[in-house]
Amino acid sequence: MIVELGHFALTLALALSLVQAAAPLAGTTLGDHRLMAVAGPTAMAAFLMTALSFAALMASYAASDFSVANVYANSHSLQPMIFKLTSVWGNHEGSMLLWALILTLFGALVALFGGNLPERLRANVIAVQGVVGVAFFLFLLLTSNPFARLDPAPIEGEDLNPILQDFGLAVHPPLLYLGYVGYSICFAFAVAALIDGKLDAAWARWVRPWTMAAWIFLTLGIAMGSYWAYYELGWGGFWFWDPVENASFMPWLAGTALLHSAIVMEKREALKIWTVLLAIIAFSFSLLGTFLVRSGVLTSVHAFATDPARGVFILAILVIFIGGSLALFALRAQTLNAGGLFHPISREGALVFNNLILVTAAATVFVGTLYPLFLEAIDGSKISVGAPFFNLTFGALAAPLLIAVPFGPMMAWKRGDLFAATQRLFAALGGALAIGALVMLFVDRNALFAALGAALAAWLLLGAVSDLVLRAGLSKGASVSWSRLKGLPNSVYGTALGHAGLGLTVLGMAMTSALQEERILAMKTGESVEVAGYRLDFKAYEPTQGPNFTEDRALFDLTGTGGEALGEIFAGKRVYQARRMPTTESGIRTFGFSQLYVSLGDPQDNGGIAVRIWWKPFVTLIWIGGVVMALGGLVSLADRRLRVGAPAARRKPVAVVQ
Amino acid sequence: MMTRKQKRLSIIAGAMAFLALAAGLVLFALRQEIVFFRTPSDLVTMSIKPGVKLRLGGRVEKGSVVRGAGTQVSFGVTDTDKAVKVTYDGILPDLFREEQGVVVEGALAGDGVFVADTVLAKHDENYMPKEVADALKEKGVWQGAAKP
Repeated sequence: MIVELGHFALTLALALSLVQAAAPLAGTTLGDHRLMAVAGPTAMAAFLMTALSFAALMASYAASDFSVANVYANSHSLQPMIFKLTSVWGNHEGSMLLWALILTLFGALVALFGGNLPERLRANVIAVQGVVGVAFFLFLLLTSNPFARLDPAPIEGEDLNPILQDFGLAVHPPLLYLGYVGYSICFAFAVAALIDGKLDAAWARWVRPWTMAAWIFLTLGIAMGSYWAYYELGWGGFWFWDPVENASFMPWLAGTALLHSAIVMEKREALKIWTVLLAIIAFSFSLLGTFLVRSGVLTSVHAFATDPARGVFILAILVIFIGGSLALFALRAQTLNAGGLFHPISREGALVFNNLILVTAAATVFVGTLYPLFLEAIDGSKISVGAPFFNLTFGALAAPLLIAVPFGPMMAWKRGDLFAATQRLFAALGGALAIGALVMLFVDRNALFAALGAALAAWLLLGAVSDLVLRAGLSKGASVSWSRLKGLPNSVYGTALGHAGLGLTVLGMAMTSALQEERILAMKTGESVEVAGYRLDFKAYEPTQGPNFTEDRALFDLTGTGGEALGEIFAGKRVYQARRMPTTESGIRTFGFSQLYVSLGDPQDNGGIAVRIWWKPFVTLIWIGGVVMALGGLVSLADRRLRVGAPAARRKPVAVVQ
Repeated sequence: MMTRKQKRLSIIAGAMAFLALAAGLVLFALRQEIVFFRTPSDLVTMSIKPGVKLRLGGRVEKGSVVRGAGTQVSFGVTDTDKAVKVTYDGILPDLFREEQGVVVEGALAGDGVFVADTVLAKHDENYMPKEVADALKEKGVWQGAAKP
């Protein structure tokens, strides 16, 4: 009954989305205020129906109702409750339902908080959101119905892919989708602006917080996914340039560019057309990511579905939305009034440089990700484009961007002075070079890469601090500085935190890549091994039993660099009963920012077992940096919120223009 | 002071130069850094030079897995027609099993043995690397994703 209710609610959500798409558009075309007013309530109703449908699916998972095909294929009665619930989106159908839920959530949020938006803009934005909703509800109902029943109902489920039975599944997909789908709002705003041929600072003031919110979630989602892959897969890597990772990285790059170009548009009314294009590109990358992951054209941990009908359907969605919006852009872009100009050496110029590199970098990732598909379609040869390609192209592009980052906030609007900015960054530059030299001298004479990475990271961190220090004016005395610091707008702190977070991530990546130590060896109980000064004594290898798996667990006694006992560290090999599938459970101990990482391989014929041990210096900074970046976004967003609520006085002239 | 035209031109010229540079870099990298996928039959018939990096895909031959000292291991990769011996020093992925699909990355040594530096077997019990499935289909020996 609950299942049918969920199915029915999903169908109703489709119907509501059709109204949400059609009525407001008709309203803005005919100038009918009543039709435009339909937008808000239908958007909220569509969200409620989708939420009901989602809750119904969740309830059938919680109850282990194996008469539902989706539950049967992805759940097991012995799973702990948390994994039963997260299993809802650990599969194709459920994760698409989550996609739709978040899409309608954003539509409802615009309806709820968009009270002070110009009437036509609000109606058009919600309508575009509705069109996207229609496409995805059709996709769900026609190709990926999560509520399909089985008759007779099986007694036991097939269990969720063990690799997904982890707390990471509770966090990573929802965060990532909030980011992915959040860009649909920017897309809707861009298309609405193109439909009306009107673009002003109020538009940018609205788009920025939504972009920022989506970007925060995407940043956290990617960081979380990276850490999850790091500890779960047992390969000890934080980024594999896997097509699916790239699929989330491209919208992140485009979104970061959008975030910066929207600043120029809001503050200086320049780069308008470019910002609209970027908003379209960012969401197009989100759709492309959905296509790559969900169509099965790529094989990956994430590719649940390989039903060709689905691939074709998503490809059609992709073509209609990206093609349609770009065609609209080509037709209408020139009707938007172009913004003001600026000197190339200026804050605007710096932000253009940022955009240029980020978009080019996204393009190289795009080429590297899709080139194998392209080549196979052309002449049938199969290739793989791996880390060396991306490290070369993306690395070469990222380096100048990272060097340029601290200059940006130092530049004046309209016309800046590069020389003066450099002078103000002397302290940061000196600090960065000193840290690079110290790494070279005291850590590892041969690690040029580590030294360069540390210097670059220090440059970013010190550059962010310099910005705050200079704004505070330390020479004026502590009390003046303090009051100045308190008076700085949140966005300045947001920028500093964001850039510093980037520095932390770079530091973590450089240190781990250049200075990690690795030992792979076969060990028997009683033997010991030393890695980076830590000694591991292989104490025992014993079977244990989990709720729906058995685990062979290796216990090591850990001794620190000074001979002090540090307790036990254990790593395991699990076999999940339902799927007879083995997984590796890595053992990780954190020391400061660094980690000792143990993972097990196969048992040897002579009774030993293959063991892989890494010392990963400063590795956690990679993800801490991501969190700090997101925090910077949050601080900046807190500032924006106030401004969005405030500009009633500025809004009036906009309303008059209509 | 720059005129409007100069401002616009300088930005466009800068962007164009940058994009040209990036495009050149991508083309260079695509020539240098891509790895071709081959089947065991390709290796036998195409006379590939030793040392050229490539990916080899097929099924792990039944009864061919031999563990040596430490983490040394060797196994045969077959497309049911031809088989190639692969050696690897390291930890095999969880889902590495005899008669399962596998993709190894590495290069041929002079003696015709394939020295792998990466072994990939993905995280699903039904998983057959797409390249391997396609190659087996071509040979007409594809039996669908068999459950173990």
